[in-house]
Amino acid sequence: MVEPANTVGIPLNHAALLKDELDIVIPTIRNLDFLEMWRPFLQPYHLIIVQDGDPSKTIAVPEGFDYELYNRNDINRILGPKASCISFKDSACRCFGYMVSKKKYIFTIDDDCFVAKDPSGKAVNALEQHIKNLLCPSSPLFFNTLYDPYREGADFVRGYPFSLREGVSTAVSHGLWLNIPDYDAPTQLVKPKERNTRYVDAVMTIPKGTLFPMCGMNLAFDRELIGPAMYFGLMGDGQPIGRYDDMWAGWCVKVICDHLGLGVKTGLPYIYHSKASNPFVNLKKEYKGIFWQEDIIPFFQSAKLSKEAVTVQQCYIELSKMVKEKLSAIDPYFDKLADAMVTWIEAWDELNPATKA
Amino acid sequence: MSSSEINKNEVDIVIGALNADLTQFLNSWRPFFSGFHLIIVKDPELKDDLNIPEGFDVDVYSKPDIEKVVGAANAAMFSGYSCRYFGYLVSKKKYIVSIDDDCVPAKDPKGVLVDAVSQHVTNLENPATPLFFNTLYDPYCEGADFVRGYPFSLRSGVPCAASCGLWLNLADLDAPTQALKTEQRNTSYVDAVMTVPLKAMLPISGINIAFNRELVGPALVPALRIAGEGKVRWETLEDVWCGMCLKHISDHLGYGVKTGLPYVWRNERGDAVESLRKKWEGMKLMEKSVPFFEALKLPESAVNVEDCVVELAKAVKEQLGSDDPAFTQAADAMVKWVQLWNSVNSSG
Repeated sequence: MVEPANTVGIPLNHAALLKDELDIVIPTIRNLDFLEMWRPFLQPYHLIIVQDGDPSKTIAVPEGFDYELYNRNDINRILGPKASCISFKDSACRCFGYMVSKKKYIFTIDDDCFVAKDPSGKAVNALEQHIKNLLCPSSPLFFNTLYDPYREGADFVRGYPFSLREGVSTAVSHGLWLNIPDYDAPTQLVKPKERNTRYVDAVMTIPKGTLFPMCGMNLAFDRELIGPAMYFGLMGDGQPIGRYDDMWAGWCVKVICDHLGLGVKTGLPYIYHSKASNPFVNLKKEYKGIFWQEDIIPFFQSAKLSKEAVTVQQCYIELSKMVKEKLSAIDPYFDKLADAMVTWIEAWDELNPATKA
Repeated sequence: MSSSEINKNEVDIVIGALNADLTQFLNSWRPFFSGFHLIIVKDPELKDDLNIPEGFDVDVYSKPDIEKVVGAANAAMFSGYSCRYFGYLVSKKKYIVSIDDDCVPAKDPKGVLVDAVSQHVTNLENPATPLFFNTLYDPYCEGADFVRGYPFSLRSGVPCAASCGLWLNLADLDAPTQALKTEQRNTSYVDAVMTVPLKAMLPISGINIAFNRELVGPALVPALRIAGEGKVRWETLEDVWCGMCLKHISDHLGYGVKTGLPYVWRNERGDAVESLRKKWEGMKLMEKSVPFFEALKLPESAVNVEDCVVELAKAVKEQLGSDDPAFTQAADAMVKWVQLWNSVNSSG
């Protein structure tokens, strides 16, 4: 049995790392009570709340947090016709938050994620760990058997080439979850009681050329390095698929990071995932994805971007063309998705003119 | 998988003896080695007689035995740390577990001694998953599974060729690193086993390793010898080269390589600064090896391990031979190794 941490009495850290350079993006339809528990670690930071669902509902934000909030009406107003690329009735809408942010770094977390405890019982400051991960290099070109070589107490092992020890810039820090694991619906149905109680004390770089399932529950990234690739796709209302938003972003992000020589890390920090979603509802959402991913994975595994694609936007547009060409045959949804990918980039560039090429 | 569930008849524990007195080593491993057959190979350059405590089912091989099997001309292949490869050659078992003789069982965070042998065999008996990264690491272990987004067609995995374990206390760092951080010891117990992805290169350490001999035996090549190779790991690269070959061949044949648990506790030995004084050839050789392995494509026609080793040796000779004589020697040794493997194992 694993429990969340009790953060009562933990002092607020006024010298919080990067507090003026990082936005926390939270999608929600219910309330943000969970922020109370995160207060010592997150209050110094600015929040971008993306309110999904009924815009007439008021979302209560706990006292003391500095935030901006966008509901569907705001998204429609700001993006106009381009708002079509932002999902409705799905947490995929969170990527709107990435687009409107003006900061260098983003941390995104789900509203059912509590503070975890490490094996010594200490509350895990997940954001602090994400920042450490992002600020130090990745090592995608050669696997280090002692995991993150830049961590205190670790290093590169014998045989690790010296020319590769400087590493590359880290674009993404992918955190994990104790308690309710991020399983797909079939696995949830077969193992409804399984809980993740294993605290693996490691951060590692995912090797170049290797794809992974990126979960959006506990994720941080360098918006300046990879932001435009973090589009969470067309999910939810009016769409044939759900629960593949973060997966889609993760596959695109990894292909582009590999192409541009950026690193993706996974492992620490852990959060405590408190709520298990309904597996029958999940099955309906994921159903098509389970079949489609069999074709999507080989597509991404063999995707080759051109030498001329040197910015994230250029890479992403190229990818969207490949999606249209190669995946439309699976389902017309991919045709729509490819168009939405282009719309996303257009919207991103409009809202972020300084980051263009 | 507990010790009682493992079929001990399928395992040989191969120890290369670089130290004559194996009493402390074997007594510390007794709880986990008992019931298994041991092959101890004495470094041909070690002068003193081996001191082996009672109560083990063990076959010991020393220089005369090695020469008898492979001929005096080839005995040099099995000197120093490479002596253990002779054990791989003459073993008749499915799995090999090999641990350096300066390592003892480690304790896990609960203070329980780690049964490294059981963990290695468990790793080898369960599939590997090199084609897609599972963010919860080993999906086959108790309490874990494949995560959302992991393609179903890839969930049966592939056969596991090797299990690379880790080390607490004295980690397997190179001499410059350990010399710079003289006090650094590895105290971090990372509770995970994972598959190293397809095409990812890694430095495999021979200190704590196990492999499926039936699947990939000939791929563990005693080949690369650096000039002035010594009797401490800081002065060798044979296992790292062997590992690069093994990983490449495993990738080509569709097998997997795992890394992580089990840990062993590595005792203090040697002096990194002293090792640093010897001009460290290993650095240069690794720099040349990396682009070679990265670009290397074994031909489709190489469908078994022996063919892969021979093709790899050819490529090494052609592309790296002119860079350093150590590579030419390695290529020759690899070819010789396959010949020895075939002759010993067909008559055996």
